[in-house]
Amino acid sequence: MDLKLKIWRQSGPDAKGEFKEYPIQDISKDSSFLEMMDVLNEQLVSKGEEPVAFDHDCREGICGMCSLFINGRPHGPDDAITTCQLHMRKFHDGETVTIEPWRAKPFPIIKDLMVDRSAFDEIIQAGGFVSVSTGGVPDANAIPIKKVNADLAMDAAACIGCGACVAACKNASAMLFVSAKVSQFALLPQGRVEAKERVEKMVAKMDDIGFGNCTNTYACEAECPKEISVANIARMNREFFAAKVS
Amino acid sequence: MSNLLSLSSVAKKIWMSLMGLFLFTFLLVHLSLNLTMITSPDSGLFNEAAHFMGTNPFIQVFQWVLFAGFIVHIILGLILQVQNWMARPNAYKKKASSEQSFFSKYMIHTAVVIFVFLIIHFLNFFLVAKGLIGEIGEVTIDGVTMEDMAGLVFDLFANPAYVVFYIIALLFLGFHLDHGIQSAFQSLGLNHPKYTPCIKNAGRLLAIVITLGYVLIPLVIYFTK
Repeated sequence: MDLKLKIWRQSGPDAKGEFKEYPIQDISKDSSFLEMMDVLNEQLVSKGEEPVAFDHDCREGICGMCSLFINGRPHGPDDAITTCQLHMRKFHDGETVTIEPWRAKPFPIIKDLMVDRSAFDEIIQAGGFVSVSTGGVPDANAIPIKKVNADLAMDAAACIGCGACVAACKNASAMLFVSAKVSQFALLPQGRVEAKERVEKMVAKMDDIGFGNCTNTYACEAECPKEISVANIARMNREFFAAKVS
Repeated sequence: MSNLLSLSSVAKKIWMSLMGLFLFTFLLVHLSLNLTMITSPDSGLFNEAAHFMGTNPFIQVFQWVLFAGFIVHIILGLILQVQNWMARPNAYKKKASSEQSFFSKYMIHTAVVIFVFLIIHFLNFFLVAKGLIGEIGEVTIDGVTMEDMAGLVFDLFANPAYVVFYIIALLFLGFHLDHGIQSAFQSLGLNHPKYTPCIKNAGRLLAIVITLGYVLIPLVIYFTK
C-alpha cells in the first residue's frame, strides 16, 4: 500500500516544530506501524536525511514506550492496543496519516515524536510503592486476599505508564494513570498500611507537575491500551476524601 | 479565592460536584414552583409561592447560601478550566477524535451561556421583584397584598424574542446537566459496576425532564396567556 505521511519534525526541545510530508510506497498491510516507520527511516538515511526520532522498545505491547498520536488518537485507529500492536491494515491505500507526539506540558518534546515522560516516574517516586522491611521472603498466602480484590488490583496493575490517557484527555490529566497506581495498592492489605499518605502525596505531585484536572470525559479509558477503568479514578477520589477527613 | 486556588485537583472536583448537586436540587425546587404558573388556573398559587419565597426568613437566609453555591461552582469551574488549558499549551494540529462523553467537551461553553442567561434572568425577575429595578404590579390574595410575579412573567413571555432566548438558554442548561449529574457522582467516588450505568441513564433522563419542564413554561404562557 502507498501512504502519505505527515510527520511532526522538531530538532530539539526548544526548536520550532513543523509538519513534513513523506510519501511512502509498497508498505505491506501486514507490517506493524513501527515497522513502517523503520522502512521510512531506512529510506531517509539512504538519502542522507535525518531519520524520524520515535520511542519504542519491546514491540510486544508491554513496555509502554511507544507513543505517537496517529490521526487524532493516541496509539492510532484501534482499541486497546499500543502503537507497536497497530497494523497497517487499519489504514487504506492512499491515506494521509498524521503523526504527532503526545502533547502535554508535563511531557516536553525531546525530538520529533519523542517526549519525556519522566513526570510519571516522579509521581511513582512520590508514593507509588510499598515500604517493606528487609528479611526473609514471606509465605505466598500468609495474608489472605479476596479474589475480587486481587483481580481488581491486578487489572489496575496492568497500567504500563505509556501516557495515552494524558495524550487523549482534553485537559492533559494524568488521573487514570495515578488512580491505577493508587488502586493497585489500595485494594491490597500490603498497600493499605501507607494508603492515606500515598494518595495525598501522589495527587500533590501530579498537581505540582502541572497535569490538568479530570473532567470525567472518559477519553482516557477509551484510549488506554490496557483498558484501565475510570472506576479507578472514582476509587482514588474516595481514597483521597477518606485520607483528608480521617 | 486563594483558598480555592490552593485546593488539590481532586478536592476541587469534589467541591465542584457537591456544589453542582446542590444547585441541581435548587433547579428542582425552582421548577416545581414555576410549574404552578401553568398548572393553577389563575396563577394565584404561583404568586403565593413567590410571596412565601420572598418573605420567609429561613428562605431569605438560605438564598445567600444558594448564592455562595453558585459563586463557588463558577469560580472553581474557571480555575479548573484555566489550569486545563495551561496543561496543554501546544494543541494537537490534527483534531483529537477519541471517543468520549459528548457534552463533557463543552462544559465551559454551556456554562458561559447559562451564566449570561442567569444575569438576564436576574434582571428580568429577581431584581424587579426585590424592587431594585423596573416596576411590578400588585395583587391581593386572601387579604394579603403581594407582588404580581405571575403578571411580570406573563408580560415578559408575551415577547417571542424572550421565549426563544429562554428556550435556547434552557437547552444549554440541559446539555450542562446531561454531563454534570453523572460526572458529580464519579467525582465523589460513587462508581459501581452495576449502579453507574443506572446513574448515567437517570442523569440523562433528569436533564431531559428538567429541561422540558422549564421550556414548557414560556411556551405555554406565550400560546395561552
